[in-house]
Amino acid sequence: MRRLTPYLLALPSWMWLAIFLVVPMVAMASVSLQTGNAIDGFAMTFSFSNYSDALGRYSTQLLRSLLYGGMATAAMLVIGYPVAYWIAFKGGRRKSMYLFLILLPFFVSFVLRTISWNFLLSDNGILFGTLKGWGLLPDDFHVLATAFAVVGGLTYNFLPFMILPIYVALERVDPRVVEAAQDLYATRAAAFRRVVLPLSLPGVFAGVLMTFVPATADPINAAILGGTANTMIGNIIQTEYLTNLNYPTASALSFTLMAVLLVGIFVYARALGTENVLEAAAR
Amino acid sequence: MNPRPHLPRRDAFRIAGLSAAGLALAACGVQGQKAAPPKADAVQDFWSKQTKHGKVVFANWPEYMPEDQAPLKKFQEATGISYEYKEVIQENAEFFGKAEPVLRAGQSLGYDIVVMTNGIHLQNMIQLGYAVPLDHSKLPNFAANAGQKYKERAYDPGNKYTIPYTSGVTGIAYNTEHVKEDITSIQSLFDSKYKGRVGMMADAQEIANFGMFALGIDPEKSTEADWRKAGDKLKEQRDAGLVRKYYDQSYIDAVSKGDVWLTMAWSGDVFQRQLAGEPVKFVVPEEGGTIWTDNMLIPKGAANPLDALMLMDYLYQPAVAAELDEFIQYVTPVPAVQDLLKEKAKTAEGEDKKALEDMVNSPLMFPTEADYAKLRGYTPLDNKQQQIFNPIFQSVTQA
Amino acid sequence: MRGTRLGDKLLHIYTWLIIVWLSSPIAVMILFGFNDKKSKSNTSWQGFTLRWYAELFDISDLTVALRNSLVIAAVSTIITVVIGTMLGLALGRHRFRGKGVTNFLVFAAISTPELVMGASLLSLFVSGNVPRDANTIIISHVLFSLSFVVVTVRARVVTLDPSLEEAARDLGATAWGTFRQVTLPSIMPGVMAGAMLSFALSVDDYVVTSFVNGSTVTFPLWIVGAVKTGIPPQVNVMGTLIFGIGVLIAIGNAVAARRRT
Repeated sequence: MRRLTPYLLALPSWMWLAIFLVVPMVAMASVSLQTGNAIDGFAMTFSFSNYSDALGRYSTQLLRSLLYGGMATAAMLVIGYPVAYWIAFKGGRRKSMYLFLILLPFFVSFVLRTISWNFLLSDNGILFGTLKGWGLLPDDFHVLATAFAVVGGLTYNFLPFMILPIYVALERVDPRVVEAAQDLYATRAAAFRRVVLPLSLPGVFAGVLMTFVPATADPINAAILGGTANTMIGNIIQTEYLTNLNYPTASALSFTLMAVLLVGIFVYARALGTENVLEAAAR
Repeated sequence: MNPRPHLPRRDAFRIAGLSAAGLALAACGVQGQKAAPPKADAVQDFWSKQTKHGKVVFANWPEYMPEDQAPLKKFQEATGISYEYKEVIQENAEFFGKAEPVLRAGQSLGYDIVVMTNGIHLQNMIQLGYAVPLDHSKLPNFAANAGQKYKERAYDPGNKYTIPYTSGVTGIAYNTEHVKEDITSIQSLFDSKYKGRVGMMADAQEIANFGMFALGIDPEKSTEADWRKAGDKLKEQRDAGLVRKYYDQSYIDAVSKGDVWLTMAWSGDVFQRQLAGEPVKFVVPEEGGTIWTDNMLIPKGAANPLDALMLMDYLYQPAVAAELDEFIQYVTPVPAVQDLLKEKAKTAEGEDKKALEDMVNSPLMFPTEADYAKLRGYTPLDNKQQQIFNPIFQSVTQA
Repeated sequence: MRGTRLGDKLLHIYTWLIIVWLSSPIAVMILFGFNDKKSKSNTSWQGFTLRWYAELFDISDLTVALRNSLVIAAVSTIITVVIGTMLGLALGRHRFRGKGVTNFLVFAAISTPELVMGASLLSLFVSGNVPRDANTIIISHVLFSLSFVVVTVRARVVTLDPSLEEAARDLGATAWGTFRQVTLPSIMPGVMAGAMLSFALSVDDYVVTSFVNGSTVTFPLWIVGAVKTGIPPQVNVMGTLIFGIGVLIAIGNAVAARRRT
């Protein structure tokens, strides 16, 4: 019975993933090798050139997406870790309240949030308009329609996905262990580095995974907050799919994106040694 | 998480096994659906078999029907046909993306009438045979009341598949707090004194038209060489730093707040902002502006085509069209509406009277003959042309 | 340990600043729920009114959309949390054949661009002749939230000490008893975090839903459509009320937690 346990535990998710993810992905893989057009139909020609063509045309946007996604993820890690740390160790009985407050903006649709940001960040809006009125900012200062706005928007939108898993990992660390470590090591920083940080690494890893990947593929922030040179790969996939009805190119781009992300995450896991941490903890 | 770039061979086989069904589903490719033009008697044959079902499902864009749905209620009273009204269309590309697999599989969308803007996706709907050809003998109100211009449209000659729901104009909107001159020419969008303050639209057909107007090209009669010239002109404009952003619907907030000072714009939006007292003005540039139309069509597989046709025709009664237009505030395809609203303004009082008078006198709701003379549709494109046209302008807007 | 208290204070303030930052757009939304707007657009301030609160449910489609969203989010969260926690446990605790593939699939589900996921799900449903309605929306929401729950729960499970469970079993607890009394309580923070994430993802989703919804309209779907012609203030009011109720629940929770101890 015990040997069967993991299979029974995994079975429902397996079925879900097999039917609703694997089957469509295989169909998509097939489409990515076809040629043709929407009106006359597409036929399987095993044209792997779909991939090289798509990459050739859109390498700029792909690299830009990875850059923006990476910058946003780094920002989220730096901004989010202290929050997760404080809630986990000092949140006391209100831990769940804090977490809930951090997620609350999601319950109001993203459209409303974005419209509000546009309002707040407007060139002559309540924020910058006032500062300009006081002469603190030059007249042509603007944040909207810049790369900064896009990365900022990504950071804002995915931050809770970084905070939650780090919190989850830190929450189980006994505060007494931390105190003991602080007694043991000369400085708080050393105690943190030697004891708390390693214990939180599974959470950091999960957080990075849950933010870097969707942030890199996201089309919405670039569309709403970006300018003329901030197009990301998600926008291109959208255009190829919906406007140009070029299903093979859209599928090829999606697979390329997924492959690049997969490799990126793998390299990151190796560099961080997270695997060892996970393995050690799991044993 | 422990993702591996190299799957163990056993696992790879397992994935393959799981997805045999997927392969079977995909290997046959995506069938083309190109439809031969329907034969006249086939159309008659189809319609002669249809009967009234007492039911119709209307899929439309949000805010395209008064909140009390009065025109539809009256239709129900007059004909005994009950209706379902669904605000499910948000964007043409997305709607088409959703509808296409369903229609390709020969299934019904569940709607009897859908509304789509003339453009690439409507063209594809028609080309793929996803629109039911209309029986004009059952559209007497349309024949009697539609403006002549709405019966002669390049994208659907003879209204074979569609009739207009409402129209609008793409021109230039500018913020009068920042722009101190009267904008009259499209060249202002290319004027270096507005560096970083110009908004252009992201949609390929919209921006293409403005690139061509700026070069004195008629987009309805344009060729591939014209598109390339227009693309270059628009690239220059971008690379000189003139354009702040290629906008979707959000341009209207940007111009009314002053983030951009002048921008390509849709007439109805600007009209509403003016009513709200915001400092925006709309102009159809002297070189030309674009007229677009949202059209009603009956999708293939619709359950109640005859009831749908009756509703489409009902909306062409001048009184009904007037009631609709008072709410939508775009250009109605029924010219008689202007006089009806004038009459109504005479008896109305206070704020209502003013609002009605503003509407009647607005060239944005009722363009004059001189306005119409400057207006052009989108470039008509077949599938081959789309594959040349789209990349030219997308390389401008999606750098 | 001098400086500890000061450091904690600063972190406390910092946490609140982040919460304020995350919620700041809500302030604008709340404000415009009181805007006495004259035209259809609701973007410039034109005076104070409570009208929209009185007319909150006047737009029946919007009300239905909101209700749909809440029901769909609740149902999909329950399913996701149950099966996701199970998988999280399996991945974090056990060694079994197919683990590599499972990890890969969990990752793939996160990294599939939403649009592609939506479009391919639609093709699947169409070819299987499955009518699109609230059920297909729930299926899709479970699919894209699943990985988030799995990853969060797993991050918790791998840090657990297995000897606790062994001790429970040695003391004669059944497998189910051990799970309920030992394992579940210790992974609960991860499960709760996963549940919140999955509810938030569901209630906020636009892209995937727009493909698989058939004629069912959800809150984000309705709003995106209304952007074209101006979002009615009732949307702001509903957002405000959801936000308000959320804050009340949070406060209630905190108070209840205080009473308990």
